[in-house]
Amino acid sequence: MSLDRSDVEQIAHLARLQIDAADVDSYGDSLNSILNLVDQMQATNTEGVEPLAHPLDAVQRLRADEVTEPDQREALLSVAPATEEGLFLVPKVIE
Amino acid sequence: MFDKTLAELAQGLERGDFSSTELTQAYLQRINTLDSRYNSFITITEEQALAQAQAADEARATGNGGALCGLPIAHKDLFCTRGVRTSSASKMLDNFVSPYDATIVSRLKNAGTVTLGKLNMDEFAMGSSNESSFYGPARNPWNTDCVPGGSSGGSAAAVAARLTPAATGSDTGGSIRQPAALCGITGLKPTYGRVSRYGMIAFASSLDQAGPMAQTAEDCGMILNAMAGFDPMDSTSAERDMEDYTAELNQPLAGLKIGLPKEYFSAALDAGVAEQVRNAVAEFEKLGATVKEVSLPNTELCIPAYYILAPAEASSNLSRFDGVRYGYRCDNPVDLEDLYKRSRGEGFGAEVKRRIMIGTYALSAGYYDAYYNKAQQIRRMIQQDFVNVLNDVDVIMGPTTPQPAFKLGEKSSDPVSMYMEDIFTLSLNLAGLPGISVPCGQTNGLPVGLQIIGNYFAESKLLNVAHQFQQATDWHKQIPAGAEV
Repeated sequence: MSLDRSDVEQIAHLARLQIDAADVDSYGDSLNSILNLVDQMQATNTEGVEPLAHPLDAVQRLRADEVTEPDQREALLSVAPATEEGLFLVPKVIE
Repeated sequence: MFDKTLAELAQGLERGDFSSTELTQAYLQRINTLDSRYNSFITITEEQALAQAQAADEARATGNGGALCGLPIAHKDLFCTRGVRTSSASKMLDNFVSPYDATIVSRLKNAGTVTLGKLNMDEFAMGSSNESSFYGPARNPWNTDCVPGGSSGGSAAAVAARLTPAATGSDTGGSIRQPAALCGITGLKPTYGRVSRYGMIAFASSLDQAGPMAQTAEDCGMILNAMAGFDPMDSTSAERDMEDYTAELNQPLAGLKIGLPKEYFSAALDAGVAEQVRNAVAEFEKLGATVKEVSLPNTELCIPAYYILAPAEASSNLSRFDGVRYGYRCDNPVDLEDLYKRSRGEGFGAEVKRRIMIGTYALSAGYYDAYYNKAQQIRRMIQQDFVNVLNDVDVIMGPTTPQPAFKLGEKSSDPVSMYMEDIFTLSLNLAGLPGISVPCGQTNGLPVGLQIIGNYFAESKLLNVAHQFQQATDWHKQIPAGAEV
């Protein structure tokens, strides 16, 4: 199978990536060549093989529900593109 | 002094041959003189380095300095450094001054190291040539028309050109070992979870692992001693006792069982690389090791499996770059979706966008089983291949890369040919195993790397094997023309 122009545009939308119209075809070509490469997997019989998500099969560690983080609000807001009164600013969402 | 290893420089500091301040000034001067040729540094932190050097000199004077106190190093630019730009070589983070230190950065600071600066890399560590950097490619000191490898290309180039005695790197599919091989230095990817990922800008979280890059295995052991260890801030950090990675360096290799995977010596392997690797294996036989052929039958499947799993994890990890909380924001967004799309579209480079899209596609409804689940099943098969072989031998050896350094531009227009570069390194990340690349020869004037693979948490064994090789050979002492000391 092969991705066409509208597939590429849909994937870019899902990933929230603006792609210039002039670049859609070249992205499509490279995505298709990568998908051709990964399709080599399909010839392999993996029936009954347990998927591996963590190389050591470790599970998520739990900790006591205690406050451990200090307040770093100012330091963390200092690297934001736009803030006001301790909040991140974004374009108006609700009319 | 620039030809000296970290261990030798430590002795010089201890004896008082020079101070950390003198050492630091000398390296800063060398970087300023030579790095226009290699483009290995993104940021030089001169002021901070000199302050750290002075503090280290004071600590040593009062007998408070540890093994690394006063030694200069440099960090790959994806490790967060408080108060210093941490760009991940992306336009997205060109303006990002980290408000905190990565765990490995604070550990190395606490050990008294002096940070010379931040090193060039492929954007968000996605690449095998350093060509996807927003700051332009780093260049291979052995031939500046060639790539240094990637993604830790700046780290490898800087150590090879003796602009720093050691560097940190990160390895998601070979990003420490491949550039180490191409630049003729030593680089260790530890077992998954051995070194904290906290504050390391994430690419693929189930594969990412930080490690040391230096001239020698001994130096890598010294740095790993400071980097490694359990960290509660990393949810996948391994809960294991600390060990001294330099303690076993001098163990003799008599009786060492080496496996050579037949799949690693296929027709696709460059003849010059194959010859140097076979010579290295013969050297180990002289040191008393025994060699047998082994098989890792699913070797070729590591590339397709990796190029689903890594992009899938990347597409999720990189969703945090939204133009809201940090990093690049587009001009005059008309609404929230426009803010997201244009900030990301303008802030990320082409290879990063490609991988985000592949990952988004592989994880999207209807394709998950065919791609993501399938790749994770193959991941298990690849791991099982290694487990089987490592039941039978102590270490596995082979080439780190299928060919020596290639020319800038040679593969950059074809992502798939670039991906083939990682065929011998990717599988260790999928399996979570440790591996080290050591310089083992040259072909056409370019370095060749030998990869040594060990069992889980066998870093001490790998460093021992590599160190013994470096006692018998001097490939790690070769310095490229133009970077003479």
